[in-house]
Amino acid sequence: MRIVVASGKGGTGKTTVATSLAQVATEGYAVRFLDCDVEAPNAELFLHPSLDVHLDVGVQVPRVDAQTCTYCGTCAEICRFNAIAVVGETTLVFDDLCHGCGSCTWMCPEQAITEHLFVTGTIDSGITPDGIAFARGLMNVGQAMGVPILRELKKRAPAATSAATGVRRALEIRDAPPGASCPVVETMRGADFVLFVTEPTPFGLHDLKQVAAIARELSIPAGVVVNRDGIGDDAVDAYCAESDLPILLRIPMNRCIAEAIAAGRTLVETDAVYRSQFKNLLERILTEVPQ
Amino acid sequence: MKQLVILSGKGGTGKTSVTAAFAHLASPGPFADQIILADADVDAANLELVLRPERVNTEPFRGGEVAVIDEDRCAQCGDCESVCRFDAIVETDAGWLIDPVACEGCAACVHQCPTESIAMQEQTVGEYAYSDSRYGPLHHAHLYPGQESSGKLVTDVRQRASRQALDEQRRLVLIDGPPGIGCPVIASVSGADLALLVTEPTVAGIHDLRRALKTLQHFGVPALVCINKADVYPVGAREIEAYCRANGIDGVGRIPFDPAVPGAMVAGEAVTAYRPDAPASLALSAVWERVVAALSETPAGSHDARVDQQRRG
Amino acid sequence: MKVAISIAGETPDAPFDARFGRAESFCLAETDTGAWTLHANPALSAAGGAGVLAAQFIARLGAQAVVSGAYGPKAYRTLSAAHIDCFLAPGNEVRSAAEILDAFTAGSLTPADGATHGGHHGD
Repeated sequence: MRIVVASGKGGTGKTTVATSLAQVATEGYAVRFLDCDVEAPNAELFLHPSLDVHLDVGVQVPRVDAQTCTYCGTCAEICRFNAIAVVGETTLVFDDLCHGCGSCTWMCPEQAITEHLFVTGTIDSGITPDGIAFARGLMNVGQAMGVPILRELKKRAPAATSAATGVRRALEIRDAPPGASCPVVETMRGADFVLFVTEPTPFGLHDLKQVAAIARELSIPAGVVVNRDGIGDDAVDAYCAESDLPILLRIPMNRCIAEAIAAGRTLVETDAVYRSQFKNLLERILTEVPQ
Repeated sequence: MKQLVILSGKGGTGKTSVTAAFAHLASPGPFADQIILADADVDAANLELVLRPERVNTEPFRGGEVAVIDEDRCAQCGDCESVCRFDAIVETDAGWLIDPVACEGCAACVHQCPTESIAMQEQTVGEYAYSDSRYGPLHHAHLYPGQESSGKLVTDVRQRASRQALDEQRRLVLIDGPPGIGCPVIASVSGADLALLVTEPTVAGIHDLRRALKTLQHFGVPALVCINKADVYPVGAREIEAYCRANGIDGVGRIPFDPAVPGAMVAGEAVTAYRPDAPASLALSAVWERVVAALSETPAGSHDARVDQQRRG
Repeated sequence: MKVAISIAGETPDAPFDARFGRAESFCLAETDTGAWTLHANPALSAAGGAGVLAAQFIARLGAQAVVSGAYGPKAYRTLSAAHIDCFLAPGNEVRSAAEILDAFTAGSLTPADGATHGGHHGD
């Protein structure tokens, strides 16, 4: 079971919802948490994992053996990303344009190309005090492409360990990046449910529509959490009703919550009332997912 | 011509509300009729929602290509699947298919196919828009949900904005940036003269601010910082200010938490126009004045600098 | 010698284009004879790495020098590897390729000693 928490608009409370959901889920599940916002990962500030395992990740980029290369230009011609240039008797490789597809390696008639890892980020993982197997992708400053890091995060993050008291079902929670472009799609791929966190404002609604379209295209069932309920208008409610998106939880605008989040506490730690609300939320999600 | 970009690192800190307020505040002063607006947050383009401009022109944006299998020619050998590193080729009951969402557009499968059944197809992945807002021309764009190439679209939007600024000899391009530090952010800051980082005093806001500042430093763009919702967590606000001081970055003010801000958003107005006397509006006016002062201290924009250099030479 | 000039259009009277990678076309002029040819820029539709692609295109045309308004780091590196000299012309004045060519032959253009900007992602 894999649940993605997404929003479109930034700062609506994705991490707030994802971290609290993970904490209540530990009662019945072996939980794995993936922070997929590789540009600005924040979940560790709330879940406090011991991030003691580090893995360099990135893109497999070509290296051309100058002895074997005949400067035929095949690699430069087939590269759709213009990451290789052949001019005169020089072959240049631009690592940061390379997507690591391997076309040049396979197509080189002299087999002059080998590949090596161009590091663009790391995957850091460890266990949280509540026993959640936590992993985050972290993109290096100055890099542009987060998706390769995300792919590696999904593949290589350690699995949740089942608690000593018998085998528990595995539950994965992915905290998505903001926006509605390729990194959000990569986060949602392979998920069983998407939980949208939005706020009842024109910005929240506009961006919710964007991410809802992605979930529809990927045929993933979805539901909505309305955060800061009461600050804006009713347009989000109306949209959810007409789009068959169930509103599974409402979190009111409350200064105490804002202060607690600012200081790095999760919702369920802030107020016991949220513990039962998030348990209900998890159960609602499970009933929405076709078994 | 100068280019000011509003950024944050963390999403939802109030970039667009600040940009809209600046557009309004610039309209009467020395920047009257001098600004061009650009919304560089192309996958959550919200500036339009506040400014409610009149759409003048829309054009399709063609992004990268994706591979498509010609079913009639496909021999079902599966060679394409063996070279695809993006898990984009899937076997279905109807034969091999390419998942356009997963396809990276690398064409490895095209080269590999023994029956030449795969071709690359161009995709329309969004649209550019040019609008007239009450505070000046707005260049914006909408990337269709789930698409790639947001960096290229941002670059194009900025080029359109700066070309118009040069053609009409306008003095300022005001850019509403995207969250994060990746491809669209790099596209929105490269070549900008000054960045204003809108942060919030939360543990997450501070964490992301540091990464955003490092990104700006990496690309050589000077930065100012303002703290939104500063009173929600004063400890955090002080921490940000101390961090900025220690790193030689000017703080240009605190904006208090103010219900007038979401109110303005719902009303579709800049908060400084919606409630000029609201605490957030007063704070934003002060921030704008400091930003204007800092802008006049930055060296002339890169275009102007190059021209000056040519003329002297 | 052959010099390539970035222009904003595909006709001989098209004005100078200050962009290199995303210039609409290149005008290739032979300085000795004044003969010129026009070439659409194949990098215009590239999703990324336009500067690299345009630089290789210029090299294949046999240009020994290029005039544009700005060069990104990757374009500059590729042009240097091809031993093509890069020159700068101001970008915000409407001028024809012919005027640029005159300035080039008169030796009044500034050589670019390196990339003029940090590169645009997606450019």
